Amino acid sequence: MSEQLQSDFDKIVKNSKFSNKEIQLKKDFLNKFIESGFPNRKQEDWKFLDISQIIKKNISDLSYFIDYSQSNKIDLSTFVDGLEHNKIIFLNGRIEKIDFNHEDQNKIEISDETKKDISFDYENSLIDLNSAFTDKVFKILVKKNYSLKKPLIIYHSTNDSIKSTNINLRLDFELGENSCLKLIDYFANNITKNFINIFYNFDLKKDSILKNYKIDKFRNDNLTYSFNNIEQGNNSVSETFILSAGSDYLKNEINCNLNGEYSSAFINGVFSLKENQQHEIRTTINHLVENTKSYQLIKSVLGKNSKSAYQGRIFVNSKAQKTDGYQLSKAILLDETSEFNAKPELEIYADDVKCSHGSASGSLDENSIFYLMSRGLNYQQSKELLINGFLLDVVEKITDLEIKNLIKNIIGLNEYK
Amino acid sequence: MDTREKDIEKLKDYKYGFTTDIENIKAPKGLNEDVIKFISNIKKEPQWMLDFRLKAYERLKLLKEPNWQKPKYPKIDYQDLYYYSAPKSMKDKPKSLDELDPKLLETYKKLGIPLQEQARLNGIAVDAVFDSVSVATTFKGELTKHGIIFCSMSEAIQNHPDLVKKYLGTVIPVTDHFFATLNSAVFTDGSFVYIPEGVKCPMELSTYFRINASETGQFERTLIIADKGSYVSYLEGCTAPMRDENQLHAANVELIALDDAEIKYSTVQNWYPGDENGKGGIYNFVTKRGLCKGNNSKISWTQVETGSAITWKYPSCILKGDNSIGEFYSIAITNNHQKADTGTKMIHLGKNTKSKIISKGISAGYSDMTYRGLVDINSKAKNSSNYTQCDSLLMGNKCGAHTVPYIKNKNFDSNIAHEATTSKISEEQLHYCQQRGLNPEEAVGLIVNGFCKEVLQQLPMEFAVEAQKLVGISLEGSVG
Repeated sequence: MSEQLQSDFDKIVKNSKFSNKEIQLKKDFLNKFIESGFPNRKQEDWKFLDISQIIKKNISDLSYFIDYSQSNKIDLSTFVDGLEHNKIIFLNGRIEKIDFNHEDQNKIEISDETKKDISFDYENSLIDLNSAFTDKVFKILVKKNYSLKKPLIIYHSTNDSIKSTNINLRLDFELGENSCLKLIDYFANNITKNFINIFYNFDLKKDSILKNYKIDKFRNDNLTYSFNNIEQGNNSVSETFILSAGSDYLKNEINCNLNGEYSSAFINGVFSLKENQQHEIRTTINHLVENTKSYQLIKSVLGKNSKSAYQGRIFVNSKAQKTDGYQLSKAILLDETSEFNAKPELEIYADDVKCSHGSASGSLDENSIFYLMSRGLNYQQSKELLINGFLLDVVEKITDLEIKNLIKNIIGLNEYK
Repeated sequence: MDTREKDIEKLKDYKYGFTTDIENIKAPKGLNEDVIKFISNIKKEPQWMLDFRLKAYERLKLLKEPNWQKPKYPKIDYQDLYYYSAPKSMKDKPKSLDELDPKLLETYKKLGIPLQEQARLNGIAVDAVFDSVSVATTFKGELTKHGIIFCSMSEAIQNHPDLVKKYLGTVIPVTDHFFATLNSAVFTDGSFVYIPEGVKCPMELSTYFRINASETGQFERTLIIADKGSYVSYLEGCTAPMRDENQLHAANVELIALDDAEIKYSTVQNWYPGDENGKGGIYNFVTKRGLCKGNNSKISWTQVETGSAITWKYPSCILKGDNSIGEFYSIAITNNHQKADTGTKMIHLGKNTKSKIISKGISAGYSDMTYRGLVDINSKAKNSSNYTQCDSLLMGNKCGAHTVPYIKNKNFDSNIAHEATTSKISEEQLHYCQQRGLNPEEAVGLIVNGFCKEVLQQLPMEFAVEAQKLVGISLEGSVG
């Protein structure tokens, strides 16, 4: 693997306009990655779904080379209808377009830096991989007191020209004081097997609001890893919603540092998995100062041969008195081959806190099905009704009405078979 | 004050801090094949037992000490420990209590366990372990009448080799983790219980452990077999003398319940936790595992953990038989610099298996407490269910309470429910109690006892009283 990495890396460098300093920085990351390799089940965070095995099994000859000098043809048909929005188009590993048409251009600043260091401690070789191979790191700054009028949709897509390739994306967002950003990650219909590695860094200043909706709905063969690092200042709010249903493998990881008083973080997630899909959500919420709040709700519906895992960690620093932390994960197993794993973790060093978690898993309640059937529904309809009700609970937590409706439409009401 | 006087002063702090001056036979320091042969030889063990030990030792050479646990400890030099020490008077085995070394009997008196009286008053047969060799077993007659075998492990190896051979190492194999394998190689003694088919054991069986002799790791091995349709309740309680060096205790406890049998295993652990600065104290790295081998069998663990500098143990149940039940009730209290990483594993293999976990953790002072548990429902364990509740109580902001449950559900017919909360004693509750004339410590004691009630209820009468007092004593000085 290391020879492949090295030669692909050299090829990218040869085609690029990176400065020597940038190349050196990237090289350091590459060496770090070569040393540790892909994470495996020996690491606690990867215990349930071993990515190194999954990649080995699904992609036999993973390539790391992407020709960043070539532009791609944008397929307009994949765009979301019925909702005015700003766009970032990320196609075949390259950001093709950043479009803030609906906004006041003076209030948003976009800069690209290739020599980005990482400002926090991490033990994650995929971030090293990302840093070694990403092309440009765009930084999007929303200025003080500005709320975006329309949501921003990031289209993640690939077409047939790229196969069995590692695709990396990194974006940095800074939300100035009292600003607001609604961000939708939209994974468009990809068929080819690629390993996609996404890394977002959010810096939320005082009183700012971030809403991030990740929509992975359409069935595809990709393996995706997404990491969000969120730093929150005083009184800021972050809301993350994850619809985890399309990819063969998807792991969403969220690391949220509540650095400012009265800041709060909300994470809601839905797994809806079928044949051979393996998905995971891992969250770490660090309550670092007084009066912070976090809330997490994760629900899974698991069909044949599918597997979901939820690892949620709430950490409460000894200074973080009056913390309110809550975690709930629920799963419905539809088939005898489905599997649900959870590790809801609490690590608490302050005494005046209210922290709790709950986890429940089981099959559909036969009594409820009987109740519905006795009122004239057939078995299939009853089952669908119950599952939809179960998942709708999470979708209802979305605070933005427009986006809530969009997501409801995308999920549809009759698709669980 | 000379050093001796200082030492005596120090000893006063700990009620049970004293040592008995008995000349010990010791194996040479260190761990190697010769030491294992020495242990086996001095205990006059048959060849198969020696082979068992050597096999474990071979395996041990390949293993590394685990290090994933929360409480870290200084590296233990396994070559610097004595693996065998026995009171000298054991050379000629005593036939009755009168023949015992008077100094030994004295020790028990200081501990508040006058052997004969206690046995007679409580109707408990006491198999007291002093250091590594069992020295006295009472009430043998009554038990023999029912065909119950309750003796030391060494005796069982001599007198009941078939049973030992058949069951030893079937729940905790010699190829298990580091500490369990270490125990398999060098275990010195422990208790052996066999309850024959259809017998309900007429009394609570009990062992008092006692750690003596400086730098001696304790490697107990307990094996309890409940044959078809039988029932036994086993009590284990511990106190230990004060020590400056950390002492390692790596015991193995194996329980086997056959068809329709039930085993109830209760522990009150109050080993020396180290002084208020975290110096000294026992390392309690115990492997406890029960196998519900037969259909409709039941194993229930109850533990009250208040002692030890570091407690690191997970009494587990393997629910292999159909309709079998596993239960785990735990109170763990840490104060000063104590650390605990404890919990359970419930492994569901059979159909209609049920398990229940109630864990209460209380941390005060500078201590750290972790609940770590696994609930694993196998794909064949149809219609199984688990209920887990783990609550933590924090006193002060210098201590920590952590919950790390692992939940694996591979069966769509099965239900798992897990709940955990962390909180502190509310001002309102304290105020209410104090208003009615309790001082702050009494108030805390009362509230904590209420918090632990669900677990304390599970203990046999004899233990429940002791345990309730212990809960209060353990938290002394943590309020205010």
